[in-house]
Amino acid sequence: MWAKILYAFLTLIGGIAYGLLLGGISRKITARMQNRRGPTVWQNFIDLWKLFRKKTAISHGVMFYLAPMFRLVGGAGTFLLVPVVVGSPYLSNFSFGGDLIVLMYFMVLGCLGMALGAAESGHPHAPIGVTRGLSQMAGYELPFILSVIVLMVADKTATLEGIVRAQQGGILHWHLFTHPFAAAAAFISLLGMMTSYPFQVVLAPQEIAVGPPTEYSSTFLSYMFSGRSVFAVAKYLLFMNLFLGGASNLLWAFVKTFAIFLWPLFITNVFPRLRLEQSVLFFWTWPTFLGLVDLLRIYLVR
Amino acid sequence: MGKDKKYFLDEKPEKLTYGGVFRRINDWARARSLWVVAYGTGCGSIELRPTFTSRFDAERLGMRMVATPRQADVLIISGYLTVKTLKRVIRVYEQMQSPKYVVALGACPINGGMYYDSYNAINRLDLYLPVDVWITGCMPRPEAILAGFKRLQELIDSGRADGWKKYIDNLDRYRENQKKIIKNWKMPNYNW
Repeated sequence: MWAKILYAFLTLIGGIAYGLLLGGISRKITARMQNRRGPTVWQNFIDLWKLFRKKTAISHGVMFYLAPMFRLVGGAGTFLLVPVVVGSPYLSNFSFGGDLIVLMYFMVLGCLGMALGAAESGHPHAPIGVTRGLSQMAGYELPFILSVIVLMVADKTATLEGIVRAQQGGILHWHLFTHPFAAAAAFISLLGMMTSYPFQVVLAPQEIAVGPPTEYSSTFLSYMFSGRSVFAVAKYLLFMNLFLGGASNLLWAFVKTFAIFLWPLFITNVFPRLRLEQSVLFFWTWPTFLGLVDLLRIYLVR
Repeated sequence: MGKDKKYFLDEKPEKLTYGGVFRRINDWARARSLWVVAYGTGCGSIELRPTFTSRFDAERLGMRMVATPRQADVLIISGYLTVKTLKRVIRVYEQMQSPKYVVALGACPINGGMYYDSYNAINRLDLYLPVDVWITGCMPRPEAILAGFKRLQELIDSGRADGWKKYIDNLDRYRENQKKIIKNWKMPNYNW
């Protein structure tokens, strides 16, 4: 048991570092796409250390202090429920029976805690950002949960491990190919989860500062920063396990999560921004329709 | 103020200590991760756009623009500073979290520049805020701005950019000077 906790902790540290590195790589790629040199790929580590060691002199109440913790715990908790390598004694974290349902609850914990804390900060931009974030969450959760339900019904299991085992036996057994419509719905809703560009109205630095974290500074921001990084890695791992057949070793986990990481990155660099009602309407039409198509297909084929 | 009072810290800030075990690595990280608050006070802010976009690309030095003073490290006084703007600049500066640095751009913050006899532009910025780096010119080109930021990075890296400490240590004198210029001081005395 203690060994398992130790391995999960080490995996978590690795996940945070990997998330920060991916953030640096995305800044570099964005810069190259804009014909710039860009910062080093280690820039996010430097930023994190600087933020962590900055002084803070702001007090807005208890929830304001707790929100970055919620964000970090939400990210880390999601990460710890997703196995990195299924079946490995070291890298499978705390995945257990029924973990997909717990996971989907856990994924909104960070957002909700952030919403409470940001609302207490008293800055007028923060509630606007919170409203946008929660509305958009109601948008992308629907197609995502639909596609997860498709996989759960098809494989007759609610665990990530079972879903990964159902995909073994070659690339054509991946759910990306056996359930292409559900996969398309989920990968479109991934764009909303990552607040990548067409659905970036939550943060919107040009109009509402940075939305919810407007009042957050220094150490608070460093917790949110690392929570966000590890949450991103958790989502890439989750999508790898759901659609790309999991990973048999650490190298494959890196390759597959990196491939998933490139998808929102390339979309974000070439698209303008949608308004809130446009993005919610989009999530409730096309990806939802795709998810429903696959759900219907499963019932008809059976 | 009134019901908004709980959102302000209306008391004098305590003196901050600086140093510790990680001082060397802190300075190293601070120098390489300068977040600039995107706030232009005068005409000089027109030179900041090319500095931060593709042509001159300040992001390769680890700098980026942030939209809120809470998260920023550097405040750029870009050009002339009117009395009306000075009030906002002081609030923005005090809302930034320590350690924080001020870069003054152009001739106007040094001696008034071409507005030296204007009735509503201040002549010497360092009476009101501690300035770490001056960049002269009217206007300084992006190359000059980048050179100024390299200078600021050297100062931070060697632990000599300590304007934020001077501001807290000499707060009474700075406040006296500021209130001489700003007649309608309708904000909390300390808005950290």
